[in-house]
Amino acid sequence: MSDFLNAGWSTYITLVSLLGIIWCIWLLFSQRSVAVTYEADGTVQDTGHIWDEDLRELNHPLPRWWMWMFLLSCGFALVYLVLYPGLGSFTGILGYSSQKALSQSMISANEELKPIYAKYLQMQIEQVATDPQARAIGQRLFLNACAQCHGSDGGGSKGFPNLTDQDWLYGGSPQQIQTTLEQGRAGVMPSFAHLEGKQVSDVANYVRSLSGLTNNDLKTARGTQVFKTHCVACHGSMGEGNILLGAPNLSDKIWLYGASEATIIETLQRGRIAHMPAQNKILSPEKIHLLTAYVWGLSHAQPLMVK
Amino acid sequence: MVSDRPSGKPFPIEVIEESLYEVRRSIYPRAVSGLFAKWRWILVFATQLLFYGLPWLRWNDRQAVLFDLVGRKFYIFGLVLWPQDIIYLTLLLILCAFALFLFTAIAGRLFCGYACPQTVYTEIFMWLERLVEGDRFARIRLDAQAWSWNFNKWRLKLIKHSLWLLVAFLTGATFIGYFTPIDTLGAQIVNLTLGPWQLFWLGFYSFATWGNAGFMREQVCKYMCPYARFQSVMVDKDTFLVTYDTGRGEPRGRRNKADDQLTLGLGDCIDCSICVQVCPTGIDIRDGLQYMCIGCGACIDACNQVMDKVEYPRGLIRYTTERAIEEKTSNQSAMTHILRPRVLIYSALITLLASAFLISLVMRNPLRVDIMRDRGSLAREVGGERIENIYRMQLMNASEHPLRVELKITGLEHLTLLNPQGQELLSVMVPPSSNQLIPVKVSAQMDDHLPGNYPIYFEIKAQQLSHNFTHDLSYDLSHELDHESSHEAVIQRTHHEKSTFIIPR
Repeated sequence: MSDFLNAGWSTYITLVSLLGIIWCIWLLFSQRSVAVTYEADGTVQDTGHIWDEDLRELNHPLPRWWMWMFLLSCGFALVYLVLYPGLGSFTGILGYSSQKALSQSMISANEELKPIYAKYLQMQIEQVATDPQARAIGQRLFLNACAQCHGSDGGGSKGFPNLTDQDWLYGGSPQQIQTTLEQGRAGVMPSFAHLEGKQVSDVANYVRSLSGLTNNDLKTARGTQVFKTHCVACHGSMGEGNILLGAPNLSDKIWLYGASEATIIETLQRGRIAHMPAQNKILSPEKIHLLTAYVWGLSHAQPLMVK
Repeated sequence: MVSDRPSGKPFPIEVIEESLYEVRRSIYPRAVSGLFAKWRWILVFATQLLFYGLPWLRWNDRQAVLFDLVGRKFYIFGLVLWPQDIIYLTLLLILCAFALFLFTAIAGRLFCGYACPQTVYTEIFMWLERLVEGDRFARIRLDAQAWSWNFNKWRLKLIKHSLWLLVAFLTGATFIGYFTPIDTLGAQIVNLTLGPWQLFWLGFYSFATWGNAGFMREQVCKYMCPYARFQSVMVDKDTFLVTYDTGRGEPRGRRNKADDQLTLGLGDCIDCSICVQVCPTGIDIRDGLQYMCIGCGACIDACNQVMDKVEYPRGLIRYTTERAIEEKTSNQSAMTHILRPRVLIYSALITLLASAFLISLVMRNPLRVDIMRDRGSLAREVGGERIENIYRMQLMNASEHPLRVELKITGLEHLTLLNPQGQELLSVMVPPSSNQLIPVKVSAQMDDHLPGNYPIYFEIKAQQLSHNFTHDLSYDLSHELDHESSHEAVIQRTHHEKSTFIIPR
């Protein structure tokens, strides 16, 4: 144990514990008999303490079994201190520690869960997604590992993609989702701060027009050219996006950071950096499998008990 | 409060070294019959019928009383208590404590003498002991004999302990039958498939019954039970207690039937010591009220029999009050003191608590709701028109019936409650005895309100459906709602859960 700065404290605790027990046993034996004083009429003399007018305190012997229980407790304490940690730095001959006990119970719990996970690992993602138990496990995994960013319903929020729609930045096939979960993703929208303010505003209007949002026709017409020069490389000629780069589809009315002209201008001028952390170091392959099925199911499977 | 010893006492004449650790002196209570013995046997039968019978009762295809520790559900007939309902246990224990105070104030240790498991099991064990080994003197003789080559002693002791262990084992098995289904328990015990904890408690409870009722007996009452020690603050001058009428009995003394009591100058006590022989705690009631007296009334029965034999009036030892003895009045006049302040206060408190207990049980809402706003995200914008906030809705159905939960959201204008798929959420089915976590969205029109935090309220109306239908995780609610008319709503309860709706800048 490294809790003590030096061996002195360990020795001190050991001594106090052992001497305490020895003192208890000595006390018991030192008190094994008492001088009882009888009055002339044969009654026992009391201790002299009188309470509430007439309550006399006598000195009655304790039952013998009580003495044995006391000795048994002392014996138990000594045996315990030999088997378990308690005497200073001495770890006990059983080598017990709460840390070990925890990891033991974690191992046995995982062992218990193994067949359940193994069963689903054998199944196709699409099958797992329709299994009610797998969905229930998946939901708990999702609430623990994903809901902080993507929301409890998987609907996402500003900067964090919605997982319940059919729109996928990196592809929505079970395999693609699994890759995203395992390895993470890093999406970068470079800053176009070098463009003139007018150009930025023009291209923002053009981008809004792709989703059928209100736009200024003149600006949109001018923005077409800017888009073709600067944006098509990633977002495609029709703004349809590119799942290889994680470049969002700009024509589907789904907005990661917001649809207002001001937000789009902000995106253009400052750029965006999005990061999906890799889960393969955090979650086991079995859990990732279940989670993939759950996430895939969010936009495919039947709703869960809820209307 | 400690005062000095009153002076003028005679000087001690004898000082003896005595062991402070006393070996238990065996008590051989003599069999007794009479009114109080009969009452004790009635109570023994009643409590044992309750203890052994209760786990066998059935209620809707399950054990009527089952404390399922693993499932963390406590079934008591139609009631299913969850760990959250621990308050009812608290109330029940407080009620029991007040009932104890009340009975003690009226008539001393009624519980100890008649209903306490320690007394009841000791009574059963002593009855078995008497069957096998005979009454008091036969037992004293038997125990005085040497063990070696004493076939009869071995035989009797073996039979006695086998019978005791059988009762103890049945008690232990019934005890764990309250925590694990009792109908499969027998097979489990025979096939040795009990779990480690079941086995431990079966062994422990059986051992404790055997040890406490067979060996410890009055030691439990004298040294272990705290109740013996605080009874003195709960009795007063008007409490009915097992009392020896000193004025009538003293001076005690033996006499022939022909002798005239008055010429000998003797009281009614013939000093036959039968009241001491029948006492299960081995005290002499003629010494006055003692903490060891469990108020069983065995000495009353015994003394009455003796008084009948010597043709003196009964009741030398009787239930009466200190005031009645002092003022030499009848029990009828002592009865008039029963309705005194402490009795009235205890009764009032018991009535009050019992009504509160019953009302809260009847009013208990089988649905528990918790709304937790997602902490990770403030709000989201949907389609450039609406603002959504996300919540986790936890619905817990503590009843054994399915609940249809109708949901409404108030607090802001034009709020709608949506499920994760974006459909409007109007109601949810919660299967019996289940706990569900459902993510929900609350959606508001974007331009309706200024940015800020708004309190909103989930109005949750639960309807208990009398139908029992199968619980399926992929339950299709629309089907149920279509057949709504076929279900009869039994109970309707409403919850209001407050939460916050954030409209971002």
